[in-house]
Amino acid sequence: MTYFLQQLINGLQLGFVYALIALGYTMVYGIVRLINFAHGDVFMIGAYFGFYLLGRFKLPFPLAMVGAMLGCAILGITIEKLAYKPLRNAPRIAALITAMGMSLFLEYFTSLKFVFGPNYLAYPRPFPIVNFNLGGVTLSNIQIIVFGVAIFLMVVLQIFVAKTKTGMAMRAVSFDKQTAQLMGIDISRIISITFGIGSGLAGAGGVLYGIAYPQINPFMGVMPGLKAFVAAVLGGIGIIPGAMLGAIIMGVVEVMTAAFVSSTLRDAVAFGILIIVLLIKPTGILGKPAAEKV
Amino acid sequence: MNQTSFNNLLEVKDLSVHYGAICALHGISFELKPGEIVTLIGANGAGKSTTLKTISGLVKSSSGKIKFQDQDLNGIPAHKIAGLGISHVPEGRKPFSNLTVYENLRLGAYNTNNKAEIDAAMTRVFESFPRLKERLAQSAGTLSGGEQQMLAMGRGLMARPKLLMLDEPSMGLSPILVSEIFAIIKEINEQGTSILLVEQNANMALSIAQRAYVLETGSIVLSGNAQELREDPKVKSAYLGE
Ligand SMILES: Nc1ncnc2c1ncn2[C@@H]1O[C@H](COP(=O)(O)OP(=O)(O)O)[C@@H](O)[C@H]1O
Ligand SMILES: [Mg+2]
Repeated sequence: MTYFLQQLINGLQLGFVYALIALGYTMVYGIVRLINFAHGDVFMIGAYFGFYLLGRFKLPFPLAMVGAMLGCAILGITIEKLAYKPLRNAPRIAALITAMGMSLFLEYFTSLKFVFGPNYLAYPRPFPIVNFNLGGVTLSNIQIIVFGVAIFLMVVLQIFVAKTKTGMAMRAVSFDKQTAQLMGIDISRIISITFGIGSGLAGAGGVLYGIAYPQINPFMGVMPGLKAFVAAVLGGIGIIPGAMLGAIIMGVVEVMTAAFVSSTLRDAVAFGILIIVLLIKPTGILGKPAAEKV
Repeated sequence: MNQTSFNNLLEVKDLSVHYGAICALHGISFELKPGEIVTLIGANGAGKSTTLKTISGLVKSSSGKIKFQDQDLNGIPAHKIAGLGISHVPEGRKPFSNLTVYENLRLGAYNTNNKAEIDAAMTRVFESFPRLKERLAQSAGTLSGGEQQMLAMGRGLMARPKLLMLDEPSMGLSPILVSEIFAIIKEINEQGTSILLVEQNANMALSIAQRAYVLETGSIVLSGNAQELREDPKVKSAYLGE
């Protein structure tokens, strides 16, 4: 039983990191109906921003976190402006292929020696690890930070989307772009904000991933990016709470499979769940039935 | 009456619009003076919605001029045109169904953050549409057709526009509701908002408008005083079903 609880905590830790990535996928999809395949690489670059801010510049952890988030927000906004905005009225497949190209570009460009380099790097430790023993189950201060930061950011995001004028505008744009413009809403600005927030969250995810699984390289975003994308689809793409739920399920299932079945099956089971859920409910766990979707 | 330095609030001159190879408007011209209700009537596909969309910037013209308060609107993006004082209430009402009634109204006043101004605009909207006040927390998608039309108009009024453009407000509503809506349109106009009204329901539109233009496959074929057009034999046979 304690072993099960221990694995549950480990799974939640992974799930919360996935959630921070999945939110960006789902928010961007909600606004521009684009699967931004470069999103996992923004997560990777966020981890590197944290790496340099913590390791080279010796910034305290909270500042490094904020720095990585800001850096990724700017990166995300720039990617949208350069690569996706010119294709806004092109067939959707064009933007999708561009997103794949952008993903490869970010991976191989950052692999260059004078950028991040191709090797695995050990992540800096901003503070010593402390383990708390709770009746046989260990909880580390790193896990507490991962949970705390992720939950805090998700709550702030929910309040922002639900309560602020810009949040309302985001929901309006996601529903009907033409009518949103008639209200005076600048669609391009809302799209930029969405990419900025989504990428900033991925940046936070990258830093948390770095301190929790302390090895990084330029391709580290591929699998978490894919899993987060699956999580977003699992929860119902375009639906913010769906992305959180889907990601937590993905993280827990992955860790549980590794612990109780076989480590080599972890990815197969995670993707298998996606296939089963989509067969039963194609719009995802929290998605409305397809017929109702406008 | 508000004193204005220009003759026409809105002036459309030789406006042509194409959708790809399809020509939807063939050089139409019309104007609207401050304080007027002007109606644009015509059958389905005549180009009425296209006219409104071009004025509000959703559709680009291929030639011609649109002037609002003597300002050329050419090249101004839609979200900025809304800020100049033109509210476009689109065909089919288009509420943001995923938002509450309150949120829809709030977005109508997107360009302002002034709480007092927003409250005043909302109070004003509730005077015309008291039913909206009871439904503020409700999701807009759950409103009835008539209520959605009221919401769309209220949302348009939240920006306190100088010109309110209504695209077929009578569509799909019962005769009683249509009368109710048209009475409110008249009232809004009497309180100082100019109105450009697009309708297939020519009878109702001509009964509240001062002037009218008849649009047929992208061209204006008749224009004049609304009362007189109502007596015009051509209008009677083609649009009033008499
Ligand atoms: N988005 C569009 N793409 C292509 N053709 C369009 C589009 N919108 C309208 N049209 C065409 O333009 C003409 C005028 O349409 P519209 O302005 O909607 O007419 P109305 O509002 O008077 O019914 C019609 O022939 C219609 O088929
Ligand atoms: Mg129409």
